[in-house]
Amino acid sequence: MTTLSRPTRLPARRGPRRGDRAFAAGTRWAGIAIVSLLVGIAIVLAVESWPAWRAFGTGLLTGTTWDPTRDIYGAVPFIVGTLATAFIAVVIAAPVGLLTAIYLAEFADRRLATPLTFTIELLAAIPSVVLGLWGIFVLAPLLRDTLDAFVIAALGWIPLFAGPSYGFGVSTAGVILAIMILPTIVSIGREVLRSVPAAQREAMYGLGATRWEVATRAVLPYARSGVVGAVILGLGRALGETLAVTMVIGNTDAIPTSVFSQGQSIASKIAVTFNESTGLQSESLVGLGLILLAMTLLLNAAARLLVARTARGPRR
Amino acid sequence: MTITSPRRLGALALVAAVAVGACGGGATAAPSASSEPGASPAQTGAAGPAVPSGTVSLTGAGATFPAPLYQVWFEQFGTIHPNIKIDYQAIGSGGGIKNITSQTVDFGASDAPMKDDEIAALPAGTKILHVPTALGAVVVIFNVPGLTDLKLDGPTTAGIFLGTITKWNDPAIAALNPGVTLPASDVVVVHRSDGSGTTNAFTAYLAAVSDAWKGGPGVGKDVQWPTGIGAKGNDGVAAATKQTSGAIGYVELQYAAQAGLATAALKNADGAFVQGSVDGVTAAADAAAASFPADFRQDPIINGPGAATYPIASFTFLLLYVDQKDQAKGQALIALVYWALTDGQALEKGLGYAPLPAAVQAKAIAALHTITFGGAPIWPE
Amino acid sequence: MIGAVPARDATLAERLRAGRSPRRRAVDRAGRGLALAATLACVVPLAAVLFFVVAKGAGALNLDLLTKPAKALGTGGGALQSWLGTVQMVGLATLIAVPVGIAAGIYVSEFAGHRAARAIRFASDVMVGVPSILVGIFVYVLLVLPFRQFNAFAGSVALAVIIVPVIQRTTEEVLGLVPRELREGSLALGVPSWRTTLSVVLPTARAGVLTGVMLGVARAAGETAPLLFTALGSRLVNIGGFGEPMDSLTLFIYNGARSPIAALNDQAWGAALLLLLLVLGINVSVRLRSMGGVRA
Repeated sequence: MTTLSRPTRLPARRGPRRGDRAFAAGTRWAGIAIVSLLVGIAIVLAVESWPAWRAFGTGLLTGTTWDPTRDIYGAVPFIVGTLATAFIAVVIAAPVGLLTAIYLAEFADRRLATPLTFTIELLAAIPSVVLGLWGIFVLAPLLRDTLDAFVIAALGWIPLFAGPSYGFGVSTAGVILAIMILPTIVSIGREVLRSVPAAQREAMYGLGATRWEVATRAVLPYARSGVVGAVILGLGRALGETLAVTMVIGNTDAIPTSVFSQGQSIASKIAVTFNESTGLQSESLVGLGLILLAMTLLLNAAARLLVARTARGPRR
Repeated sequence: MTITSPRRLGALALVAAVAVGACGGGATAAPSASSEPGASPAQTGAAGPAVPSGTVSLTGAGATFPAPLYQVWFEQFGTIHPNIKIDYQAIGSGGGIKNITSQTVDFGASDAPMKDDEIAALPAGTKILHVPTALGAVVVIFNVPGLTDLKLDGPTTAGIFLGTITKWNDPAIAALNPGVTLPASDVVVVHRSDGSGTTNAFTAYLAAVSDAWKGGPGVGKDVQWPTGIGAKGNDGVAAATKQTSGAIGYVELQYAAQAGLATAALKNADGAFVQGSVDGVTAAADAAAASFPADFRQDPIINGPGAATYPIASFTFLLLYVDQKDQAKGQALIALVYWALTDGQALEKGLGYAPLPAAVQAKAIAALHTITFGGAPIWPE
Repeated sequence: MIGAVPARDATLAERLRAGRSPRRRAVDRAGRGLALAATLACVVPLAAVLFFVVAKGAGALNLDLLTKPAKALGTGGGALQSWLGTVQMVGLATLIAVPVGIAAGIYVSEFAGHRAARAIRFASDVMVGVPSILVGIFVYVLLVLPFRQFNAFAGSVALAVIIVPVIQRTTEEVLGLVPRELREGSLALGVPSWRTTLSVVLPTARAGVLTGVMLGVARAAGETAPLLFTALGSRLVNIGGFGEPMDSLTLFIYNGARSPIAALNDQAWGAALLLLLLVLGINVSVRLRSMGGVRA
């Protein structure tokens, strides 16, 4: 489960020392607090959304209509919006991120790799709302007039790529998310690749393989589950991102039919309407939150298992 | 470890209680330097309500429709009475109703009067007073390069927002605008994504002029939009329309000015095309004033009679608790609203809002007497 | 010659033994070129965001923005209430999160049994991934609804919830790097284990723990979603009023970004530059230090 070396355990003390016991108990409470927070969030979301689940049952999960006028709420448009944006993000970020991870772990000079990794990790530090601001005023108009127009001209006959593009929509949100999850994929991917034993590489080099062949035929297959884990961790982050998505996704409650359609992710729907709604609508929004929590928990658990499987030995 | 969680939650709440208590959330009637205690803010004759002398903080949230007016009002009132701090967050009418229901604000604001089921959802014993403060026009804004004058009638507008009219040179639009060169570009609808009184008024208009709208998306603060981009707040709709070529949206008049966007002339009940304006709204309000409901829950005035009447006018309301929990806050609130209903009215026209008709203004001021603290009126008649 | 393209069914080993054909060398070069291109592509968005935030924000990040509160209709106003709010709420969040996070890190590293350590570590890892908007709902239910007031304290708690796991994990990691001999030496001298932890182990790991704390501070400063339903935002300068709504730089940017008023858009860019300077400044300085020194 853990990717870390087990720290040195303190030797058991013979005589019970009051100070030690109090200190251990105090720190234990802090540990319990963290676990309780997670459980508490789940409980609060479940309790607060209970009336909505009672009203709609699984219909809240499987309903395709979100209609406040008639008080009917189904999560499908937002689940689709969430998955679609996250999927686009992964389709863009996974290849770029993994190639970057390979470059940094296998090809780059160490003196170059460290500052490059550092720079890419800085990308993760840019606040979501700043990316959203940049998205509204720079990225959305840029995509609308260039990439989107190009894709629509070339592939517009396929319904999935049908225009028009207004700049604000699922695809722009996906691109912003790709930018946000790149650092996750790169830095975890790089660590996973570096944890591959040197013997794997040497055997291939011994056979006269090129560096590219070593990276793609020896290192990558060996680290496969960890690499997948890195991508899934990125996906997990993409699912829950709120502000940047809210600001560029176009905020429409319908199921998107094209990548250029407007949509709404679960997180953006909550951000825009939770403070605006009462009664069943508000409770259904919390129900959306519970669905999102379940999605992220599952993905995170899966990803961490996969990363741990590759990087079992001590790192660093 | 899961078993401990309710206990942990309880402990967390306790910590919070101590901390918030220590920080003094709310109005502490600390004897601080007061400016002109008891001075009436009113210059309109009758004695106005007393202004508390201590420091009072009021938190309000709600409609974006009157937000520019409220922000100017509250800044000015704060200048006159520096001991009263008013914080208004423009989040949307739905937010005004939500937060007055969950009692997380001192006052709410909405342009859509609370519906019966929303009033039923209030905590037991809670009564809400709707105080009308102003009227505004919901105007249709558009951003089409080269196009400055646009005439629309009800069915065409409904067609655009239903998504059945998708090009600017659609025959239906062209028929209303003879001699105007319309581009063949896409119509991009921009609508609200949050709970909105502006949406309520606009959809009431669309439902009144189109059966397809009435049987489809319907009327409400938040409806299922058939097409378009969603944006948060009047400001968001104005900004998105401003940024998107070919866009059409609906906002309060003031926001059209902020965005520098042209507005469409709408065909009114008399068949005349009128631009949204303070005068057009005043005409609508005067016609409706006679039948103003006793509980003030006046719906948007759609297609009012008169050649100069603008077809989408709406009152906007402050939502106040009839039974105030804190005397100083209650006093400050009444003083603020009284000032807004009297001196404040003079600021409305300049910002694109119509002052209340005299009859409605008098009723609104009289209603302030009904606000109580501990069962007794705060501002007795 | 051997340079012939190997048969389809040739094994990898056979092909390798066939020597480095020009084609394989070309593939190698192309692959490595592609990897380099991808790496550069990763740097492009960072450069683009920085460029536009600086270009559009530099003019707006002036004395007015820093010293004036919000004003109706935007012109002549500033973001005084916002940066003051960020400083206060992030400060309180840090005060709450640091003891809890460090204590939990110590517990996992020094005291916890295998199962407890695993549970806490897992909870922390997952907490880092919990969407922050959900933390906002959680704290809204616990600290806003019961007190019937949006308040900055709730905002601070929401931020603290987000950074506690970050601090816990970092603390645990760096404590694990402290040499065993240090502990054993101290314990051998008869120092109780709690004092050993606090006055020998923790100080040794101070730089690392500080890194975790500062990264947590940077993360908290950049959060918007958990504040939407807790601190709410405010147009007033609020100093110390944790029982009342408070603004933050992030909320200011969010609101300014969707304004039709150009002056407010500009102010949002200015605030974004200020926030980036703060957040990236912390990140760069902290990471440079932890990269440069071996003083774990």
